[in-house]
Amino acid sequence: MSSTVEVIAGRPVPAAGAWLHGVVRDVEPEVLATIPGMDGAPVRAVSAAGLLAVVSAAPLDEYGEQPLRRNLEDLAWLERAARAHHGVVEALARRGPVVPARLATVHTDDSRVAGSLAACRAELVATLDRLTGRGEWGVKGYLVPGVAAASAEPVGTGGVGTAYLRRRRAQLTAREEGQQAASAAAEAVHAALCELAVAGRRHAPQDRRLSGASTAMVLNGAYLVDDPALPRFTDLVAALGSRHPGIRLELTGPWPAYSFVAERAEPALTVREPR
Amino acid sequence: MTTALAPSSADDPLAYRPVALVDLLDRVLATGVVISGDITLAIAEVDLVRISLRALVASVGALAPPEDAG
Repeated sequence: MSSTVEVIAGRPVPAAGAWLHGVVRDVEPEVLATIPGMDGAPVRAVSAAGLLAVVSAAPLDEYGEQPLRRNLEDLAWLERAARAHHGVVEALARRGPVVPARLATVHTDDSRVAGSLAACRAELVATLDRLTGRGEWGVKGYLVPGVAAASAEPVGTGGVGTAYLRRRRAQLTAREEGQQAASAAAEAVHAALCELAVAGRRHAPQDRRLSGASTAMVLNGAYLVDDPALPRFTDLVAALGSRHPGIRLELTGPWPAYSFVAERAEPALTVREPR
Repeated sequence: MTTALAPSSADDPLAYRPVALVDLLDRVLATGVVISGDITLAIAEVDLVRISLRALVASVGALAPPEDAG
């Protein structure tokens, strides 16, 4: 035996994989040195195929498949991971286009990361081109109760019980109508925003128990907006809010373009060259 | 000093509003490019995690209108 492997307390040092944050065209090493990754240590870049993958060290005893499954069920761990991952993607997005990786994309080593870059190169380059000079904005719409239900208080004769039931029925009907009106308004708002945006998509509405909102969400939209069109976009959101009093609109952003990166639906093998 | 959000102007109503976890999870869990990692948990498609999330944070899934607007 020509060398000895140092083993501490009988346990081998766990192998470190690479947690992928996102892919960029270029970023200075000095910038990366200022961006804390998953465990607080600076992120680093893996270069291949003319692209850079920004990764964090991911010890496989915490970020391997089995530990990851367990950890993702731990809300505190999930929040920490989501915020750390987002912090990196956000820092990169401030400096230029970035294709964000989905949470929990872990490669066992850097050479695998490089392989992924090479394999997905055409798709990644096309996406980076599409995102350049654009930002993602979120528009959420919440039901405003009572707007479509102004006539929900019938005056009735009869006993207390009858009146209660009638009132209750009227309330339920009014609520249903209010929800239908709010859904229609959400459709209209989404359509109008999509006309100004480069692209738009609707996420599933957030559960109120999770969002803490006092009323139901009827729109959870994401819009890719050209930077110069941003003032017009925010004006439009305000105008739509006034036009549709049945829903309350809330603007969030700018987000890295999480909602507008290529998804599995487009097989990499059939990617066409951009015109 | 840096902030989580980069406001586009000083009078931007969005300025300095912290990112809500729920908004963040909408994006980092359900979207983002899928690059074939050795370990990629496509969370939106993994029942195990989806169920756990629902149990823990009452997340995602079909939104039933609440029976009582209490």
